Amino acid sequence: MPNKTALHALHLASGAKMVDFHGWEMPINYGSQIEEHHAVRQGAGMFDVSHMTIVDITGNQAQAYLRFLLANDVAKLQDKGKALYSGMLNETGGVVDDLIVYYFDVTNYRLVVNSATREKDMNWLNSQASDFDVTITERPEFAMIAVQGPDAKAKAAKLFSAAQVESVADMKPFYGVQAEDLFIATTGYTGEAGYEIMVPVDDAADFWQKLLDAGVVPCGLGARDTLRLEAGMNLYGQDMDETISPLAANMGWTITWEPSDRNFVGRSALEQQKAQGTEKLVGLVMTDKGVLRAGQKVKVAGGEGVITSGSFSPTLGHSIAMARVPASVEADAEVEIRKKWVTVKVVKPSFVRNGKSVL
Amino acid sequence: MSNIPTELRYASTHEWVRPDGDGVFTVGISDHAQSLLGDMVFVELPEIGSEVGSGDDVAVAESVKAASDVYAPISGEIVAVNEELEDSPELVNSDAYGDGWLFKIKAEDPEEVNALLDAEAYEGNIEE
Repeated sequence: MPNKTALHALHLASGAKMVDFHGWEMPINYGSQIEEHHAVRQGAGMFDVSHMTIVDITGNQAQAYLRFLLANDVAKLQDKGKALYSGMLNETGGVVDDLIVYYFDVTNYRLVVNSATREKDMNWLNSQASDFDVTITERPEFAMIAVQGPDAKAKAAKLFSAAQVESVADMKPFYGVQAEDLFIATTGYTGEAGYEIMVPVDDAADFWQKLLDAGVVPCGLGARDTLRLEAGMNLYGQDMDETISPLAANMGWTITWEPSDRNFVGRSALEQQKAQGTEKLVGLVMTDKGVLRAGQKVKVAGGEGVITSGSFSPTLGHSIAMARVPASVEADAEVEIRKKWVTVKVVKPSFVRNGKSVL
Repeated sequence: MSNIPTELRYASTHEWVRPDGDGVFTVGISDHAQSLLGDMVFVELPEIGSEVGSGDDVAVAESVKAASDVYAPISGEIVAVNEELEDSPELVNSDAYGDGWLFKIKAEDPEEVNALLDAEAYEGNIEE
């Protein structure tokens, strides 16, 4: 039996087509994933992301533990509520998972990790904690709703109390705050402004319904995937995994090398990879008919690579992809689509931000 | 529940066929097929004038999710294609049996259509 979120019945009531997503029965769309995609780019859409795993890390050595566990450095977090994106690496420099960590104080952090990797992540977090005085606590009592799009904040604010409105006023991107019963964060997976909101499971259905009533469009995993791809955001298991270096997954910016005496899991392997050079993750753009898909072969200057994520971009009206290719890649690439080789343009892996093309 | 009009014939590969008279038949993909594929983004259509045999892959319906071959349900000559799909591939989703038609075939042998599935048989086919 797949898991169901607190919003399951409401998804069905909105006509959702449900699929099994790594053990969770989740909406793939509510009719048209392209219309849902446009709702997020042009207005406000929302996603049930209650399947994601929330883990609190507390204790005297919470900071020391996370500085060891993560390739990015939580010591950079100085402002209460500030969030950081990081890879969690294994000893061979592969990516165990990618996650967001929120800082409250040096003894108190919150992680949000992927649902598909929940069990592996929990085992990993616990296995790395043996030398640290920390407590690792999963928080399944929260549902999570992402409200995204240019109108998302204004529409979500209609549901907030005066104190909550006050708490999020002037909150910059990539922060989170506990405001009464809600944890409200200015994060997301779409390239648009908005919130990711943790709400107690018992209140989640009521909260979702009020967002529906406020005109926020329910969006499924289909739109979530095309939105994150347009935004150039990685999907774990697709664009990187335990066998892929973060350097080959456009995650170099998430590795904090200094101070050089900070030892973190995977550091020595990563230093070796850096010295030797790795493949790189690039964006591909195809304005001809057809759709780039994950798994298609890519030929570039100096060798071959593979598309890790590919789709039609509803915002741009043509296909885009991310591909892992030799670092010698130049301005063009050839992709094998249905037994034909097609020339495509190579770009940085970022296509759309705040509703507009960045190509 | 899928919409399966009783006046049409169907191929097990999810194409529908409607007689237009004079041995010409309109072909599209079923409501069930469009719903499985999801939002259509491109439809690649055959050349007008080309000769096709039943079971040949003659068109491609490409959705956000996947590319799917469309097969000629009967043999004959392609005499028309739905040019509207060039700019509005979503017609296949919104009106699979109407404005979302793909192409027309002048049948070599109009009797061939009788060998296709009727609505009831097609329904049984997709329920399996």
